[in-house]
Amino acid sequence: MPPFSVSVNGSEYKVWAAPDTPLLWVLRDNLGLTGTKFGCGIAQCGACTVHLDGEATRSCVTPISSVGTAKVTTIEGLSPTATTASHRVQKAWVAEDVPQCGYCQSGQIMAAAALLAKTPDPSDAQIDEAMTNICRCGTYQRIRAAVHRAAKEA
Amino acid sequence: MERRAFLQTAGGVGAGLVIGFRIPTRREQNPSPFAPNAWLRISPDDSILVVVDRSEMGQGVATALPMLLAEELEADWTKVQIEFAPADKAYANPLFGMQGTGGSTSVRAAWTPLRKAGAAAREVLITAAAQAWDVNRTECRAERGAVVHAKTRRRLRYGQLALRAGALPVPADVPLKDPKDWHIAGRPTRRLDTPPKVNGRAKFGIDVRVPGMRVALVARSPVFGGKVKSFDAAAAKAVDGVRDVVQISSGIAVVGTGYWPAKQGRDALQVVWDEGPNAAVSSATISQLFAERAGQPGVVARHDGDPDGALGGASSKVEADYEMPFLAHATMEPMNCTAHVRPDGVDIWAPTQFQTGAQGIGAQIGGVPPEKVQVHTTYLGGGFGRRFELDFIQEALETSKAVGAPVKVIWSREDDIRNAQYRPANHHRLAAGLDAAGRPVAWTHRIVAPSIMARVFPNMVQNGLDGEAVEGGKEMAYAIPNVHVDYQLTDTGIPVGFWRSVNNSFNAFAVETFIDELAAAAKADPFEYRRGLLANAPRHRGVLELAAAKAGWGTPLPAGRARGIAVHKSFESFVAEVAEVSVSSGGEVRVHRVVCAVDCGMFVNPDTIEAQMQSAIVYGLTAALYGEITIDRGRVVQSNFTDYPMLRMSEMPAVEVHIVPNTEAPGGVGEPGTPPIAPAVCNAIFALTGKRIRKLPIGTLA
Repeated sequence: MPPFSVSVNGSEYKVWAAPDTPLLWVLRDNLGLTGTKFGCGIAQCGACTVHLDGEATRSCVTPISSVGTAKVTTIEGLSPTATTASHRVQKAWVAEDVPQCGYCQSGQIMAAAALLAKTPDPSDAQIDEAMTNICRCGTYQRIRAAVHRAAKEA
Repeated sequence: MERRAFLQTAGGVGAGLVIGFRIPTRREQNPSPFAPNAWLRISPDDSILVVVDRSEMGQGVATALPMLLAEELEADWTKVQIEFAPADKAYANPLFGMQGTGGSTSVRAAWTPLRKAGAAAREVLITAAAQAWDVNRTECRAERGAVVHAKTRRRLRYGQLALRAGALPVPADVPLKDPKDWHIAGRPTRRLDTPPKVNGRAKFGIDVRVPGMRVALVARSPVFGGKVKSFDAAAAKAVDGVRDVVQISSGIAVVGTGYWPAKQGRDALQVVWDEGPNAAVSSATISQLFAERAGQPGVVARHDGDPDGALGGASSKVEADYEMPFLAHATMEPMNCTAHVRPDGVDIWAPTQFQTGAQGIGAQIGGVPPEKVQVHTTYLGGGFGRRFELDFIQEALETSKAVGAPVKVIWSREDDIRNAQYRPANHHRLAAGLDAAGRPVAWTHRIVAPSIMARVFPNMVQNGLDGEAVEGGKEMAYAIPNVHVDYQLTDTGIPVGFWRSVNNSFNAFAVETFIDELAAAAKADPFEYRRGLLANAPRHRGVLELAAAKAGWGTPLPAGRARGIAVHKSFESFVAEVAEVSVSSGGEVRVHRVVCAVDCGMFVNPDTIEAQMQSAIVYGLTAALYGEITIDRGRVVQSNFTDYPMLRMSEMPAVEVHIVPNTEAPGGVGEPGTPPIAPAVCNAIFALTGKRIRKLPIGTLA
């Protein structure tokens, strides 16, 4: 197992893992960052969404060997203070009381944050296009409201 | 070797990276001087810790149950914290006699006990304050986390009273507040579990990490009921990071340092299976069996009047068969459990709906008394009934015992789709006789389906009748003088289990589609036809009328759209839904809007009711549009979200929820929104296209 250097939430880590190990499992099993979730393993559900240099990326199909020098941001690193959740998307999620079981919400929030960074005031159609993450609790209606709310509070 | 796979850092180590320690519970960190019952701890820092004895799987119990207690306690809601209960008799669900979460029972079960617990504690705190001030306790009252003595304008916070209160006896029976005086319960309230669910800190079962823990994936028989004939672990053990390969009752566990090595090991593992008796079962053979059984009399569940005679004498007769498939739950968090079996005791960390069952199987496998089995319930990434099962817990226990270390068993999504206990596939045969005016004079309904109870609680099946299997069919509420409902218990070899709304999910489709067919045969408006037959079912009629009114039933729609309606009672709640639907030129069904009216009696958190109705509608709509588990040679054909698709944001209808306020006894909320959606959508498709959907899923229309 070769070592890989990886930059996560502003810190540099060296991890030993097989080259094909998905970034998801490096985050969860090697680094103990369990906020990023496993849902399908084939980039279908988006529960594993993190940012690679700001791009929403499905970490379950991103081999650690392909990450290189890209800066990885996870839900734990989205806001400067992990405990207060001060990012506007997180605040909007609280205001709309979006989560039910909550399992997909890290991925939903990361997808929404990446969307708003590029598209400050997305239309419903743009939200539909960007927010393809699956939520089995059916929180879509509140997610949509929260994305619009976060856009207004930019 | 072991360390290599774990964390190596080059600077920037944060506290969040420390792995492998057990976080002490708040109770251990801060023993509370005032713990008047199993659910409440009040500490000198004014914190109000409510022990939540139901599993939080999204349905909002971790907020609703504390609201009930806090209401009577006159607590300061901002001070309320939660912790999940251990497995203990004190936390048995009074509606089950076991500690478990299901059947939309949580609020109903907690309604009186938790309010009494809060009220008794409040009275003790008042007594403590009166003693502290040396005044008559009738001069004192509780408000917002403190006791006040109005005369002298003195005030003691609950935290200040905790020590004194802890030494006082707890009164047995304290009168409860009139719900009209409530100021916490009954009002829209933000969930207590939202903050940790937006920053990644909420701990689900899959997030559990304990010292020395290993991760396992299990190779299971591809055919239901199959067994391991032989296996060769060499290739699996050659994978870097694989530590052990052990046989357990469900198959072969490949144990590694993390998910990825364990999965690579399982992929490399060679197993020869004895496929057992189900290797020839397929969806086609099951459909054929069901169709045969539909022609044979079943065990009678309901018989009113003379249905055969009335059918024979009717002016016209309507007949229909309906078929629905197996369904998997597909919780977002795949099945998982962490267990540590030691000679002196067992720890289980699990996203489970069934703590008593987990403790029991822990004791059995660990060879220790149940009280030596600690069950640590995490957040559940969805439940929907799937987590009432113990299969994933048993695997973790057996694997931990075999390797002598704590083990977290994780299922892949493919494991989850292919090894569930499915919503039973089912077949219905209905017939009705109409009089000259089109009114139904006879109704017969044969339900052909496997029995969940036959697998889970076999003594609940009496003379071939599983009372649960006919739920929602037997209780058909339309005023028809001659009714016959019977049941053909038909096993298929495919395991069946509880799936959100359970048997109501299919019986409601049969009843609410067939009544729509009768309305069409009578050339009547489907809303008015139902309404006319619900004169003696006022709560059904109430939600039906409310949903129709809010949906603008009968008002014009844009071209190419139509509405359908359905109403169903389940889990002591009444729900009607109106779906507004269009169909594309390619036959794709689009649901634009759903108006839902719910009468769940007295309620705790209307904000949660809205969320649960939306949730139940999405769950049922996903199944209606796409949901289908098919069987080929005893195997599940589907594997992941590619071939078992889920509704996504772009397909989400606008859902409006209207709650009927009343003072009826509380009903369930988590499930009753699911049964009406499939028939409402299919009835809308009929209204739009004239095509009657008699087999689910809807798929693409021809």
